[in-house]
Amino acid sequence: MKSSVPIWRLGIWWFLGSEIVVFGGLIVCYLLYRFHHPEWASEAAHTLTWVGAVNTVVLLTSSLTMILAHHEVEHGNARSGATYLGLTILAGIIFLLLKSYEYHHEITEGFLPSRSLFWSFYFLMTALHGLHIVGGLVANVVVWSGLKRRFATHRIESVGLYWHFVDVVWIFLFPLLYLSASGGMR
Amino acid sequence: MALRKYIFSVDHKIVGMQYLCTGLVMAFVGGYLAYVFRHQLAWPNEPVPLFGMVGPDQYNASVTMHGTIMVFWVAMPILLSGFGNYLLPLMIGAPDMAFPRLNMMSFWTFFLSTLLLMSSFLVPGGAASGGWTSYPPLAASPGLSGVEWGGHLWILAVALEFASMLMGGINFLTTTLTMRAPGMTLFRMPILVWMLNIASLVFMFSVGPLIAGAFMLLADRLFQTGFFLPQSGGDPLLFQHLFWFFGHPEVYVLLFPALGIIAEVMTVFARKPFFGYRPLIYASLIASVLSFLVWAHHQFISGMDPRLAAPFSITTIIISVPFAVAIFSYIATLWGGSIELKTPMIFALGMLAEFLVGGVTGIFNGSAAADIYLHDTYFVVAHFHYTLFPVTFLAGFAGIYFWYPKWFGRLMNETWGKIHAVLTIISFNVTFLPLFAIGLVGHQRRIFDPSLFDYLQPFQHLHVISTWGFIILFLSQIIFVVNFIASLCYGPIATRNPWSAATLEWLAPSPPGHGNFEEPPVVHRGPYDYSLPGLTGKDWKNQTEAV
Repeated sequence: MKSSVPIWRLGIWWFLGSEIVVFGGLIVCYLLYRFHHPEWASEAAHTLTWVGAVNTVVLLTSSLTMILAHHEVEHGNARSGATYLGLTILAGIIFLLLKSYEYHHEITEGFLPSRSLFWSFYFLMTALHGLHIVGGLVANVVVWSGLKRRFATHRIESVGLYWHFVDVVWIFLFPLLYLSASGGMR
Repeated sequence: MALRKYIFSVDHKIVGMQYLCTGLVMAFVGGYLAYVFRHQLAWPNEPVPLFGMVGPDQYNASVTMHGTIMVFWVAMPILLSGFGNYLLPLMIGAPDMAFPRLNMMSFWTFFLSTLLLMSSFLVPGGAASGGWTSYPPLAASPGLSGVEWGGHLWILAVALEFASMLMGGINFLTTTLTMRAPGMTLFRMPILVWMLNIASLVFMFSVGPLIAGAFMLLADRLFQTGFFLPQSGGDPLLFQHLFWFFGHPEVYVLLFPALGIIAEVMTVFARKPFFGYRPLIYASLIASVLSFLVWAHHQFISGMDPRLAAPFSITTIIISVPFAVAIFSYIATLWGGSIELKTPMIFALGMLAEFLVGGVTGIFNGSAAADIYLHDTYFVVAHFHYTLFPVTFLAGFAGIYFWYPKWFGRLMNETWGKIHAVLTIISFNVTFLPLFAIGLVGHQRRIFDPSLFDYLQPFQHLHVISTWGFIILFLSQIIFVVNFIASLCYGPIATRNPWSAATLEWLAPSPPGHGNFEEPPVVHRGPYDYSLPGLTGKDWKNQTEAV
């Protein structure tokens, strides 16, 4: 029985499905607490919203270059595909550098995970997301180094799907953790 | 080369066998722990032969680790990964899994998690002792339980085990969707294949929140966060919700493959098509959806909003309907069949009968009014052992005796098999029937020394009966181990199809070589064409035979 969906694509979607439930569980827990704690808005005001915003732009741009890399490889241009994938990797590294600057700033200011439940959630969620970025970067580098040797549209599509997923998670985390500084106290 | 062939193999059959054997070995570890605390309960504060004196800490650790091991390191690897990996590709006519390397990674992740769990017995402070449910605040603050590293290792091991089972689940689902032999439509698949896929789906979509919860619990232990600690603004109830949102679907993750195994066994040894194949599949799909809506029946007395008790009681009682459909289908399959009481069939019948007791007592616990009294008593302990023991061991043994000739090319000894079956089923009842009674008089779980409670004294003899039952149960398994190992060398040589079964795996050589089938099978009929009229010599047709 030949399936119309290729094996690898099914596999990656099942994997993303299971990942969605992990982050979904975490985000629902955060929301349950957040509704009961309007005062967390004043805690969230101590996050570096501007750095977070820049990071959002960086990640969204990296998703764009990922799509372009896939497009190029699909049309047989391995060289420019590798360039775009390289840009994606570079953006991921910039994201991690900015994130570690944030962590450094917050920890030196005394906002440790144990300070309050908000900071517990902040560090757990962003660290788990950061680990996913690291994992995505490793996968991207593996595919990138293989691009020069042979064309593999499905490999770049696989890492691309995963990279977009990690991007989408950030789209949820950014407003929940950074932008919720306003409104809650009204 | 042998290392590559038998240890670091990507062949689904080797991976399945590795899971199965690890699970069986862990069953003895779990059984030994049960022996330690059952001895303490029957004869409090007497030294346990082959262990020594049991302290309260060791008692807590042995209860905790018994539950953890039996659910996550015995039932899961044997039922889902062991049988699933070995049989799923064979039953759908595929040469291997969709992702063979992911499959190998899944087993070695599981093996690493096993090592992590076992190492927790050796660290200072001993193994985790917060119960197999690992409820905070006890499990979230090492200061309270006195267990530091054991608790960390418990969380890491369980999280890794989940990751390995997720990899397996992705493999099962993808393999079934893409690798079926030509003609193997979804409703021609054997019931076991359906059940493995439903179980994988349920597992995949219930375990995520608990993985998140495990990270939160670990952060509470390591980084002094307070997700589940009231003094930091956290809520212990949240963990219970996360745990049981996974924990209740999990019991169906174990039940579905067991139902699949006994469906294969019963159709063969009753020589009948399965009664209500489609209704059973639909009932299981409905039950798998409902299984996500019943979790809070574990928390009626936890302090959650009491108004939630009614809806969760109702969903719990509704979920017994699809399972009643299932049980009736099995009974109707037996009805009027030419029943042959071979060892696998005895185990399968035992599974059906004993599970029924477990299921019916579940309705008591599912009703909030009754549960307020029964909660955390030995009644609950007896109830879930009446569900999980038949599911794990009776169905597991049925499957092992049934597919052993396919796996190793030899049959197991039938006489010793029957003795093993009868002893196991009887001693299981001797072990757990008394616990219903002891629970109804109000004996709470997880009590180290029942002799400290005056009102329990008249019932101490029930503990003694139960413990003797368990010792016989445990010792009976020696028969199985000897039979299993001796039959590898001395068992009668099996043909490809010793039981005259109709599903695809019996077409392949015993044991199947790499790639499974000599020529790719083409399917023309359903999986249970037994007792066909007008045939001479044999009464069945394999799935590949033309209509």
